[in-house]
Amino acid sequence: MAFLTLSAIAKRFGQNTVVHGFDLAVERGEFISLLGPSGCGKTTVLRMIAGFETPSAGTIMIDGRDVTYKRPAERNVGMVFQAYALFPNMNVADNIAFGMKVAKQPKAEIDRRVAEMLELISLPDLAARYPYQLSGGQQQRVALARALAVKPQVLLLDEPLSALDAKIRVSLREEIRALQRELGITTIFVTHDQEEALSMSDRVVVMHQGRVEQIGTPHAIYNTPKTRFVASFVGTLNMLNAEIKDAATGLIAVEGQSLRLAHGPVGTGSATQCTVALRPEALGIGQAKPGDNVLSCIIDDVQFLGAIVRVKARCGTHSLSVDTFNQAGQPRWARGDKVEIHFAPEHLVVLD
Amino acid sequence: MRESRIGAWIAFGIGALYFILPLIATFEFSLRMKRGEYSFEAYRVVFADPRFQASFSYSVGQALATIIVGIALVVPTAYWVRLRAPQFRPIVEFITLLPLVIPAIVIVFGYLRIFNSSSLIPLTDTNLGTDALLMFGYVTLALPYMYRAVDTGLQAIDVRTLTESAESLGANAFTILTRVILPNIRPALLSGAFLTFAIVIGEFTFAALLNRPAFGPYLQLLGANRAYEPSALAIMAFLVTWACMGLMQLASRGLRLPATDTR
Repeated sequence: MAFLTLSAIAKRFGQNTVVHGFDLAVERGEFISLLGPSGCGKTTVLRMIAGFETPSAGTIMIDGRDVTYKRPAERNVGMVFQAYALFPNMNVADNIAFGMKVAKQPKAEIDRRVAEMLELISLPDLAARYPYQLSGGQQQRVALARALAVKPQVLLLDEPLSALDAKIRVSLREEIRALQRELGITTIFVTHDQEEALSMSDRVVVMHQGRVEQIGTPHAIYNTPKTRFVASFVGTLNMLNAEIKDAATGLIAVEGQSLRLAHGPVGTGSATQCTVALRPEALGIGQAKPGDNVLSCIIDDVQFLGAIVRVKARCGTHSLSVDTFNQAGQPRWARGDKVEIHFAPEHLVVLD
Repeated sequence: MRESRIGAWIAFGIGALYFILPLIATFEFSLRMKRGEYSFEAYRVVFADPRFQASFSYSVGQALATIIVGIALVVPTAYWVRLRAPQFRPIVEFITLLPLVIPAIVIVFGYLRIFNSSSLIPLTDTNLGTDALLMFGYVTLALPYMYRAVDTGLQAIDVRTLTESAESLGANAFTILTRVILPNIRPALLSGAFLTFAIVIGEFTFAALLNRPAFGPYLQLLGANRAYEPSALAIMAFLVTWACMGLMQLASRGLRLPATDTR
């Protein structure tokens, strides 16, 4: 049985249902990201796990214990908030010690644990500082230490990096992931940033309008999106309307040009149309390898981005974006050039 | 530009004279108790009067009790409304404003009707009961100021997130209020406390009608029978109020703003 289980969780605020029948099973020590745009219900799910919201339906189990209607204080769940939420009247050491003092742990044990936590977040010299004397990154590290100090069963992170600038965000996400691996703590991370979700997680849950769109490894979410929403939300994607020529063998046509899928058959029953997706970096221009699919296109625009050259091409009514590495000896494409764009059949993803 | 600045200074000067001249005149008059010379004789007489000491001590005690009960009543209410029942905020604000629109004499007659010696809760039967009734009256009188001060303090901190982070660390409601919320609204509490102190020290209607030996009725009594001492007392009452205002300013400067640095 999974360590953390959410079964058919729903949440309604009046007439408005913000989470519909949400199921998730998280193994012990797993790092799961809830990814989605604002208002998709990801924070509400997190708040239900923390106990700040009561589900309208469904159950939440942690380590075999039903906590659906338990108060937050009874769940042994640590939470880190986007706004840091450090207690302004307490210094760093007192902030970290707060949960242990509430639990009336012995002073010697509290002091030892605070020192251990300060080492863990690499801020051993800042114990006496107050939150207003710390930078945003330092505050969030302290918030993390405070949540971990009480040895929670589950760590919940509610967009903890959103308020930080880009550079600190990248370094802190690496630190959080390293800490999580070191402690082996089960972690749920809420974010709207696909890069954060893909780079940190064991599995990603993509949410849209209160429903789960897809659950999978970052690799699977990026390379084989199951729905149009996942495909468009995670990374950049070319989406093409295709005609199904032979469902059994996986033969389709885009703008009259035949393409082969790696895994036929395609479509259900009598469907004659489908939507296929292609990542810009999966496409190449020029000489195709044997077995590749080829689309004849006309170049609309060429953008030089340093390491990457982004080519915008037109294939009938469809527009395609092609990302190629900037390599020596590469032809210099220009607007209006006729080119052949090629890609392996396995890169062609049929969307539900 | 220059003309408008001169105009502003003239307006400021007229306003300042309007407020300061009576004070200067009162102060000057309070120094003329001895014929032909300025002296602090009126102040010496007032300080030497045992009724002054008794009434001032009584009012200070009442003010402190009012502050404690006011904080105990207002902080949990304002916190609860802000956190769990924001829809009730207009109603609570309306209730807290009522003492400003209902005359004190009406409130005290209401109290006397409900808590007189032939009522179910005969508070006026004993001195202690009447003292308690007076204190509750002061709590009501100071409610608009105390509630607004506390509510403004709560507005300055992220009540919801601080509460939730404390809850997730195992704290119960009492611990959250006493160890997280109260210390972080300390400047607001002090502001409310000093305002309450200033109101209670000079209050007359409640104390006179409940027949309690407070500073307000003593001021009135002295004013009716003496010439120079009431002026000295008026200046002293102003000094107490100004000291409270100054302490409020100091307290509000102690408010630490949350860091917005994202480094």
